[in-house]
Amino acid sequence: MSDQTQAAGTYSQAEEQTTFGFKLRALFLKHEWLRGYLLLSPTLLVMICLMCVPLFMLVAYSFWTQNYLDIDKTFTLANYEAYFQKPIYAALMFKSIRMSLYCTFATLLLAYPMAYFIAFKVTKNKLIWLILITVPFWTSYLLRVFAWKVILGFNGVINSGLISLGIINEPLEFLLYNPTAVVLTLAHAWAAFAILPIYVSLEKIDRSLLEAATDLGDTPKERFWRVTWPLSLPGVIAAGLLVFIPTVGDYVTPKLVGGTTGIMIGNIVQSQFGKANNWPMGAALSVISMLMITILVVTFIAATNRARAKN
Amino acid sequence: MAREDYISIRNTSKHFGSVKAVDDISFNIRQGEFFSLLGASGCGKTTLLRMLAGFEQPTLGNIYIDGQPQAGVPPHQRPVNMVFQSYAIFPHLNVHKNIAYGMRKSGLSKAEVDKQVDEMLELIKLPGYGKRGAHQLSGGQRQRIALARALIKRPKVLLLDEPLGALDKKLREQMQLELRALQRDVGITFVFVTHDQEEAMTMSDRIAVMSMGKVLQIDSPTSLYEIPRVKEVADFIGTINFFEGEIKGKEGEATVVETQGLGKVHSTASGAEAPTSGKITVALRPEKFNISFQQPNVQTNVVEGVLQAAAYLGDRSHYYVKINGREAPVAVASQNAQRQMQAVDADKHEKVWLTWDEDSALLLKG
Repeated sequence: MSDQTQAAGTYSQAEEQTTFGFKLRALFLKHEWLRGYLLLSPTLLVMICLMCVPLFMLVAYSFWTQNYLDIDKTFTLANYEAYFQKPIYAALMFKSIRMSLYCTFATLLLAYPMAYFIAFKVTKNKLIWLILITVPFWTSYLLRVFAWKVILGFNGVINSGLISLGIINEPLEFLLYNPTAVVLTLAHAWAAFAILPIYVSLEKIDRSLLEAATDLGDTPKERFWRVTWPLSLPGVIAAGLLVFIPTVGDYVTPKLVGGTTGIMIGNIVQSQFGKANNWPMGAALSVISMLMITILVVTFIAATNRARAKN
Repeated sequence: MAREDYISIRNTSKHFGSVKAVDDISFNIRQGEFFSLLGASGCGKTTLLRMLAGFEQPTLGNIYIDGQPQAGVPPHQRPVNMVFQSYAIFPHLNVHKNIAYGMRKSGLSKAEVDKQVDEMLELIKLPGYGKRGAHQLSGGQRQRIALARALIKRPKVLLLDEPLGALDKKLREQMQLELRALQRDVGITFVFVTHDQEEAMTMSDRIAVMSMGKVLQIDSPTSLYEIPRVKEVADFIGTINFFEGEIKGKEGEATVVETQGLGKVHSTASGAEAPTSGKITVALRPEKFNISFQQPNVQTNVVEGVLQAAAYLGDRSHYYVKINGREAPVAVASQNAQRQMQAVDADKHEKVWLTWDEDSALLLKG
C-alpha cells in the first residue's frame, strides 16, 4: 500500500475514534473485568432480582412481626427468641439435619458402586449408561415420590407381594410414614446428583496409577483403599454436599411419605408461610436453617482441607 | 553364577482378537543384564513387557522368571517391578510415601523403611525431597522417583516402559548414562522398552529388535549394527544402502556378487546367514565407503558416480552420490579428520569414486 492511501485511511479512523461507540469499545478492550461482568450480566441480573433481593427480604421479614392481617415493621428479635424458647423448633432442626445426613450417607453408599461400575467396568457406550441414570428425571419429582408411596404403602407393591407369596398375613405398617421412608425416597431422588460427580472423579484417575499400585504389591482391595478411594474423595465430597444441602430443607417428600414422625424443618417453614400465616416466623426459621447448613458445610470443608494438607 | 535363562520366554503369543500382538516368541534374558526391546510402535514390545509384569496373560506359551513359571501369577505377587511410561506417581502422596508405597508388606519396621527411602533418595540424587508433594516435581524428578519406588522393592527384574520418552533431549541423554550406571550399581536385571535405537544402543548389553510381533534379532549393539542378520534389522538400526544382486561364485575367500549399481562386489563379510547362490542384497553403511575426487588405483570394489548433494555437519560430512543403475543416490558419510578449509560444492556435480573393503559389504537375504 502506498503512503497516501494509508494516510487517507488513518484520517477516517481518527474521525471514528471520537464516536461514542469507539470509546466504549476501547474501554472494554482495556479492562478485562468489564468484559467479564458484561458476559455475566444476564445471569447476574437474574441472580440479583430473583435470589439476592428475595433473600434480603427474607432476612428483613425475620425481624418483623405478623399482626392479624398486616406486618408490623418495627425491628424485633422476637422470632429468634421464639426459636430458642420452644424446643420443638430446635429439635426439628436437628432431626432434619440428622435425616439429611442419613440420606446423604445412603445416597453415597448406593451411588459409589454405580459410579465405579460405569467408570471402570463399562468400556462401550458409557454415554448410554450416563443417560440411563438421568431417566428418573424425565418424570416429575412428585411422581417419583408417589411411586415410592405405591411401593411402600399399606396395599403397596411390597406388602401385596409378600402377602401373595404367603410370607406375611398382615400388611407391614412400618414401611411407610416414618423417617426411614423419607430417607429412602430422598436417597433415590438424589442418586443421580451423587453418581455423576463420583463418576467424574473416578474416570479422571490415571489407569497406570492402579497398575502401579498392583505392581508394587497391592491386592485389588488394598489398591482400592490406598489409591482409588483417596483419589475419588473430591467427587464423594462434592456429591455429599450436593445431596446434603438441598435435602435438609425438603418438605415435599416428608409430607408425602413421612407421616407425623417423618416431619422435617421444611414442613414447618412451609406451614408458617401457608396455613399458619406467620411469614416473619417462617423467615426466621429459614435464616436459622441456612446459617446451620453454612456452618456445617464450612466446618466440613475446612476439616477436609486440613486433612489433605497433612498428607 | 549368573543364569543364562533368568527370564525365559517360551513360545509365547498374545492375541487381541485376530491381531497377533506377540507371535510365538522364545528367548532368554541373562541375570544382571540390561536388555532392551526395540521396535517401532505396534511391534509388540510393550505387550511383551506387560506380560512379564503380569498385566497381560499370554494366549499361548509361558514365561519363567528365575525358574518359576509365571502363568496365573497375579501382578502383585510377581518378583518384578515396573517403571511406567507416565511414571504413575501417586498424586495424593508425597515423595517419601510414594517411594515407600510398596514396602508395607516387607515386614520391616517404619524406621527401617524410612532409612531405606532416604538411601533411595540419595541414590537417585534427590536427597531431602521426601516431604515434597507429587505436583511439585519436574519430569526428570518424577522419572527418578518412579525408579526409586520400584528399586526399593529389590525386584528380580525391573521393567521399564519407555521411561525417558517424555523428557527433553539433553535430560534424556543424561538419564541414559545415569540409568546405565545405576543398573551396574544395583545389579538388577533391567528389561527396557524403547523405540529409540540410539537409546537402546547407548544403554543395553543386548537388544531384541522386534517387528510385527516377532523377534528379528537379539544381539549386542555392535553386532546389530555391524552384523545385521536380516534386511529389516539393517534398515531399522542406523542408515544403510541396499543393492540388489545375484551371486556369481567365489574368488578365494570372497563371494562375488553382480549388483545393480555397484557392479561386481567382492565380499568377505561374515556372520549373516545368507544363501550361497541366487538373488541376494548387498548392504553397505554410509561410513564404510571411502569417497575420493581422484580415480583410485584399485580394480575391485570401486564405483564411479556423480556428487549430487553434500552436507557439512562439523565432525563429519554426508554426501549423496548418484551412480548408474540405481534410482536413489548412495548415502556416504565421511569423518572430517582433517580441517576442511573449503566447502565441497555439490552443485558442480563433480565426478567421484567410492571404494569399500571386502569385509564391509554385507550379504543379506531377500
